[in-house]
Amino acid sequence: MELFLFICFSIICIISALFVVLLKNPVKSALSLIITFFSMGGLYLLLEAEFVALMQILVYAGAVMVLFLFVIMLLDVKGPLKEEVYYRNRKIFTIPLVILFFVLLLVGFFSPLATLGKKGKFSSEWILSQGGNVKVLAEVLFQKYLLPFEITSVLLLVAAVGIMVLGKKRVK
Amino acid sequence: MVPLNFYLVVSAILFSIGAVGVLVKRNTIVIFMCIELMLNAANLSFVSFSKALNKVDGQLFVFFVMVVAAAEVAVGLAIIVNLFRKFGSISVDRANLLKW
Repeated sequence: MELFLFICFSIICIISALFVVLLKNPVKSALSLIITFFSMGGLYLLLEAEFVALMQILVYAGAVMVLFLFVIMLLDVKGPLKEEVYYRNRKIFTIPLVILFFVLLLVGFFSPLATLGKKGKFSSEWILSQGGNVKVLAEVLFQKYLLPFEITSVLLLVAAVGIMVLGKKRVK
Repeated sequence: MVPLNFYLVVSAILFSIGAVGVLVKRNTIVIFMCIELMLNAANLSFVSFSKALNKVDGQLFVFFVMVVAAAEVAVGLAIIVNLFRKFGSISVDRANLLKW
């Protein structure tokens, strides 16, 4: 059952990711990217990462993609760009990309990466006994990763100020 | 129980699709979407490793990656809007002021 769900989600994920690249209309690309994000949320659920799955759907499929669609609507781009008809330097791109793809595939499939490193104590039974994924994550986040968490808030503040500066009209 | 390698293969395929998109597309917004796709592929391997190694650090890293990606998207889209105001197009070929 788990394998079946995994195959379903990953096939949806890969096909809609292909559509992101292949479709000419940016609105359609954005919509298929939303499908990709939703099915990745399903994959996260299969990995018992409930918090990450919810964040994926709320932040990515919700906020980020709304932002993308808003900008597409705002800029009023009609159809494909003219320059999109031909891709220059196609050969230069293809060879390293094919190599990259196969290296990633080989590393992913054949290397015994899971046996590297010690196994931690956070097995799924232990997480269940401690009250669930979100609770365990929060305990680690606010103890071990407290400083990075605070720095993240500064980063978001900087981003907000930067958007204000970029977005305002120049007043002479 | 799905083995770790399957997740890594899905992640590799998604990352490669994103990389192809960044290099091939001319539309700045679609290039941004492909960058998001690559970030998500990395997130998927983070979470699958955290499951395989029984650690939650990978999931917290995904949290941080998401925050950084959200900030990056917001700033990047503001830059794209400015680019459109300046050149009247969102093709990357038009933004060649820093090209030598």
